[in-house]
Amino acid sequence: MTDVATLWSYLSATPLMWLTATVLAYLAADSFARRLENPPWANPVLISVVLIAPLLWLTKTDYATYFDGAKFIHFLLGPATVALALPLWDNRDTIRESVAPILLALIAGSVMAAGSAILLARAFGLPTEVILSLAPKSTTAPVALGISEAVGGLPSLTAVLVILTGIIGAMTVTPVMSLLRIRDWRARGFAVGVAAHGIGTARAFQVNPVAGAYAGIAMALNALLTSLIVPVLVRWLI
Amino acid sequence: MLQTLGLLLACQLIGEVVVRGLGLSLPGPVLGLALLLLLLRLRPAVAETLRPTIGVILANLSLMFVPAGVGVIGNIEVLSKDWLALLIILALSTLLAMLAAVGTFIAVRRLSEGRMT
Repeated sequence: MTDVATLWSYLSATPLMWLTATVLAYLAADSFARRLENPPWANPVLISVVLIAPLLWLTKTDYATYFDGAKFIHFLLGPATVALALPLWDNRDTIRESVAPILLALIAGSVMAAGSAILLARAFGLPTEVILSLAPKSTTAPVALGISEAVGGLPSLTAVLVILTGIIGAMTVTPVMSLLRIRDWRARGFAVGVAAHGIGTARAFQVNPVAGAYAGIAMALNALLTSLIVPVLVRWLI
Repeated sequence: MLQTLGLLLACQLIGEVVVRGLGLSLPGPVLGLALLLLLLRLRPAVAETLRPTIGVILANLSLMFVPAGVGVIGNIEVLSKDWLALLIILALSTLLAMLAAVGTFIAVRRLSEGRMT
């Protein structure tokens, strides 16, 4: 018994265990989703979280300890964003031809994402602080947190809302677009990138490389536009 | 693989340094993306060196969101009593944003293609 306790105190003091758990949970989630041919409901982020959460709860591990191991994976978000340059480069000819649809869909999607969140939250009578935290929810997490802080929201609430938005977008885009009979992968990818940032982009890459490239463009451009429009929308709509 | 990783990290680093140095309100990695795009324009052959590793990274983009996803469980109490309203708002607003973007994209594409033919 002492040995188990010693082993546990060693493991819980190193980042190795939660780093490993994160990778293994993702591998299990991903192979499960792949075996079913990636149905929209089998979201790998959601399944991984569902696998890890009970482990944290059973071992009474707090999030800070978990993140000490998981931060190595979290850090890769930066290089992964830079990596989106390659699909953009591969699709440069069609992107050059669709500059007008890209820019106008960006404005429509970005304004709708922030504007509808603010107006719906007002309709539900939520406190101003919560409305301000909700406004940048469709943009990539580091940008959303910065915006939330700048307009007077709660960054910790924004962080949760951003991730939930990504998962909702990733899980709904395929059924919604198929229902509307939209077959243009550029438009489908762009829509999920604007509305559901990186998690939506991950879904787009799972489905189609062109959709992935357009989701990546949408996510990057929306990071820029949202930081410009949210302060203005917040003044108009609240 | 290591060459690709080195290049991605270098682009991100330069992006972060420029963003912080100039006080820009965009994320460093987004500037790093623009930088890599510029590099690909100057040296198109680099694309083939990058392709295998970037292929693996982008096919597994979901993995990078798992730590933040677990954070949602850890911080779920910030949603407090408003959780149901917030979930409804997120679902509706995400749907509306996707519809606005996809509708605009297709309408503008049709208009501009119609003009060309």
